[in-house]
Amino acid sequence: MATTSSPATTDLPRTPRDLLPVFIAPIIALVALPLVGSPTTWVTLTIAALAMGSMIFVIASGLTLIFGLMDVLNFGHGAFIAIGAYMAMTVLVPLSGWVQSDALSLNLAALLLAVIAAMIGTGALGWAFERVIVRPVYGQHLKQILITMGGLIVAEQLIHVVWGGDQKPMPLPNGLRGAITVGDFALEKFRLLAVAVGLTVFIVMQLVLNRTKVGLLIRAGVENREMVEALGYRIRQLFVGVFIAGSALAGLGGTLWALYRETLTAAIGGDIMVLVFIVIIIGGLGSVGGCFLGAILVALMANYTGYLAPKIAVASNILLMVAILMWRPQGLYPVARR
Amino acid sequence: MSEPLLSLEGVHTHIGQYHILQGVDLVVPRGELTVLLGRNGAGKTTTLRTIMGLWPPSRGTITFDGQSIGGRATPDIARLRIGYVPESMGVFADLTVAENMRLAARLGPPDAARLDWIFGLFPALKRFWQLPAGLLSGGQKQMLSIARAIVEPKALILIDEPTKGIAPAIIEGMIAAFKELKRAETTILLVEQNFRFAASLGDTVAVMDDGRIVHRGTMEALAADSVLQTRLLGLSLAAHQ
Repeated sequence: MATTSSPATTDLPRTPRDLLPVFIAPIIALVALPLVGSPTTWVTLTIAALAMGSMIFVIASGLTLIFGLMDVLNFGHGAFIAIGAYMAMTVLVPLSGWVQSDALSLNLAALLLAVIAAMIGTGALGWAFERVIVRPVYGQHLKQILITMGGLIVAEQLIHVVWGGDQKPMPLPNGLRGAITVGDFALEKFRLLAVAVGLTVFIVMQLVLNRTKVGLLIRAGVENREMVEALGYRIRQLFVGVFIAGSALAGLGGTLWALYRETLTAAIGGDIMVLVFIVIIIGGLGSVGGCFLGAILVALMANYTGYLAPKIAVASNILLMVAILMWRPQGLYPVARR
Repeated sequence: MSEPLLSLEGVHTHIGQYHILQGVDLVVPRGELTVLLGRNGAGKTTTLRTIMGLWPPSRGTITFDGQSIGGRATPDIARLRIGYVPESMGVFADLTVAENMRLAARLGPPDAARLDWIFGLFPALKRFWQLPAGLLSGGQKQMLSIARAIVEPKALILIDEPTKGIAPAIIEGMIAAFKELKRAETTILLVEQNFRFAASLGDTVAVMDDGRIVHRGTMEALAADSVLQTRLLGLSLAAHQ
């Protein structure tokens, strides 16, 4: 539409770009370099952090949108992580021939099938979870916390019933074991894959949010749900779609997380939820970009302190959150309304 | 007076434990600009929100173009071609002006000719087309909010206090824009505190107090009667000037 494309004046106000938070990650990495001492170890830790951050982002991105769009505090998100991982394991175990094959194509085919099963399964579960558990408690935060935590407990117990309560091995495809050597640096293959998956999810989400009408609706709904409805859009249907997509992403993230650890228990989801909540709080509730940056920061902090001062590794992310919230109380990239 | 496009009969609205609307009877004639006046807290904003379904009526009937809309969901009411400009303006601050307009054009991309017409009414919007709406001034946000409501042809537009906190120069531009909308025979229900602004635009007027309509008539008659203005509003048009 010619009319709308070129408001050609040279003195238009510039859109301010808030890049300051982006520099925190490289600053943390550079500060850690002399403390770690060995560049090889530093690269290994940094790649591990990027991989971990990518996986946390995949898990947290759906949750931040669910909170932003409908003010729903879903403590049951951990259930989708765990069930996604178990579903992937259920597919990978009978495909052990493909998993252990020397052919990378068979390895990746097995992994793809596992991921598809995990995402479809957790997406369907997310649909049911929204209808049965979340829908009756819209707008009631205390009840949301209680009932979604209850949902998480029920899901964990169902995992015990279906898959047993013992720790299970998660078969990592053969072709993803080991490392690629670049000069003096060894880059683990699975970690590189995790980074690639995280970046792909981030790019696809940015494209959907910024280039499509559905994305516009999600961004607008996060900011002012009531006004979106007053424009004639049925936002509840949109929310169900976002809930399903967020649950499916949790299933994908759970699969990656279990492959990373190579073991899984029913508590795998609940264990990582503390980090996930830290990520969405410091990123800015409802902000996908903030969530990505927050995930990278949390992972960098966890990996560097885990190596340098293991005793404070758990507390380091709480300190990071406190520091960021003192600087920016609404998070790194707050959504306008919040 | 033209036939009614919108009518409220005995409408009550409760918000929590508070009984805000206490039997509102209101008629909005087709093709006219009806002004809803009243003191702060009289129930004007609640009336608009009840019509839009943002707060459901607890009693009474709301009829729009021959069909009952009381208690319907907000999106279904909006889809009857009812535009809404809230007091808070409701612009999406993180979205650009272009994205705000694109979102408001629910049925498809905004029509180029209509967009040109809107740019004629609110030239600033063209200038700031690619700027995030959060960076606009209060007056520009109000222009965007109104432009969004008219980007597609509407049967009725509900506008809540468009002049609140807006500079006089922008209010003059707004008066011109509303006159243009009236020429296009758009039906408007306007909540307003600025009596001079209301008097320059209104065809009919209703005055609210304590959740009820306490006066109905033509704006011309109210504007000419300073005693009535003082009794209903506590201030006359002369005092505004």
